Amino acid sequence: MTDKAEIDATVKAVIEPFNKKGVAINDDTRFAQDLEWDSLTVLDFVASIEDEFDILITMNQQAEIENVGQLVDAIEKLIG
Amino acid sequence: MTDLFSKFDPLIEQRESLLSTGLTDPFNLVMERVESPTVAICNGRRTILLGTYNYMGMTFDPDVIAAGKQALDEYGSGTTGSRVLNGTYAGHKACEEALKTFYAMDHAMVFATGYQANLGIISTIAGKDDYIVLDIDSHASIYDGCALGNANIVPFRHNDVDALEKRLKRIPEGAGKLVVLEGVYSMLGDIAPLKEMVAVCKAAGAMVLVDEAHSMGFIGENGRGVAEAQGCIDDVDFIIGTFSKSVGTVGGFCVSNHPKFEILRLVCRPYVFTASLPPSVVATAATSIGKLMHGADKRAHLWQNSQKLHAGLKALGFTLGTDTPQSAIIAVIMPDLEKGAMMWEALLHEGLYVNLARPPATPANMTLLRCSLCAEHSAEQVDQILGMFEAAGRATGCIG
Repeated sequence: MTDKAEIDATVKAVIEPFNKKGVAINDDTRFAQDLEWDSLTVLDFVASIEDEFDILITMNQQAEIENVGQLVDAIEKLIG
Repeated sequence: MTDLFSKFDPLIEQRESLLSTGLTDPFNLVMERVESPTVAICNGRRTILLGTYNYMGMTFDPDVIAAGKQALDEYGSGTTGSRVLNGTYAGHKACEEALKTFYAMDHAMVFATGYQANLGIISTIAGKDDYIVLDIDSHASIYDGCALGNANIVPFRHNDVDALEKRLKRIPEGAGKLVVLEGVYSMLGDIAPLKEMVAVCKAAGAMVLVDEAHSMGFIGENGRGVAEAQGCIDDVDFIIGTFSKSVGTVGGFCVSNHPKFEILRLVCRPYVFTASLPPSVVATAATSIGKLMHGADKRAHLWQNSQKLHAGLKALGFTLGTDTPQSAIIAVIMPDLEKGAMMWEALLHEGLYVNLARPPATPANMTLLRCSLCAEHSAEQVDQILGMFEAAGRATGCIG
């Protein structure tokens, strides 16, 4: 699964159960401000993403990721 | 000009709105006099202390006090120097010897505080390109140790052995790995499944650091902590601890069997670039540690206290952080900060001090009334404490 569109679709599917407010998701959707996730939700979500793609997203990397587009780019790099 | 303090405005507003209701500020309490490990005078009122981490009640031990006074007379009030320059006295070496004996380990290094022990050890041993895997509920000093260093930081869900194992397996081949765990997690008073976790770490070739701040002196046959109680202490590479809880003074330490451990004295900046502990402090610590080794009776009484308080609070209808008592910490979960602050104040009026803990220190944004028991609390005091919780709980509507 290296195709960016596939990564994007998978990320959106993983976001879905965490998207309690039913916010419309696009590349610019921000996790903290738009989805209003607290730190525990972020942890659960990151763990789900990590398990889905079998990768690690370190806290250092997480600090650089604010929106969905940035996450998809980061995953693309991580799975090479 | 941008006021650098404007970032604190939300917190300032939250405090002001809480205090405008007339509540006593829970974070500004003054102990006017301290009578014993379990009783102090607060606001002129005799108050039972149930939030001090003074688990073994060593703060007024006559031998400990005598050792401190003697050191003050013989060595003066302070060292005015770093451990690696003029700040290592006979007392510092004696304190490290006491720790080596207590833990039956080869090396011990004493820091100015437990916070600095975590800060120093974690930031120094995990470097760039290494990985630190840590429990998400880790203490602030562990996170700050990570922030001070350059390693890659990977958190995992609290006490989840599978989540830990999965993350260890994803770390690139050949990278250095440090797993940071705690014996007792101080917010809810729950313990870690260290036996399973340490086994997973060893299988993955990771070094393991366990912070036993809240278990030293109390948990384990010799009071060495949760790793001792679960039979995995020999596989733990570094134990971090503090003198500010069971030992009854201030200071922190790391003990280890690593053959190259002593080099840390030269490369660990929070050890090198600060003054060493005063002679009286290391003298009280060494004496206290020596006595804790033989504290089996006190350990047994403290367990009884913990069990009695846990069962009593549960019977009164309070929601607790753990289903069963796992440590000397019992956390009462409050519905929100406002109710928690009301209950905290009502308890203070009854003559009981507990810790009010709130986000971000707490997991899952909980507000907690955190109770830490002491081996010097009598069974009668625990009965009194339960009576106070009942009265305050009914007065504030926390229980029916």
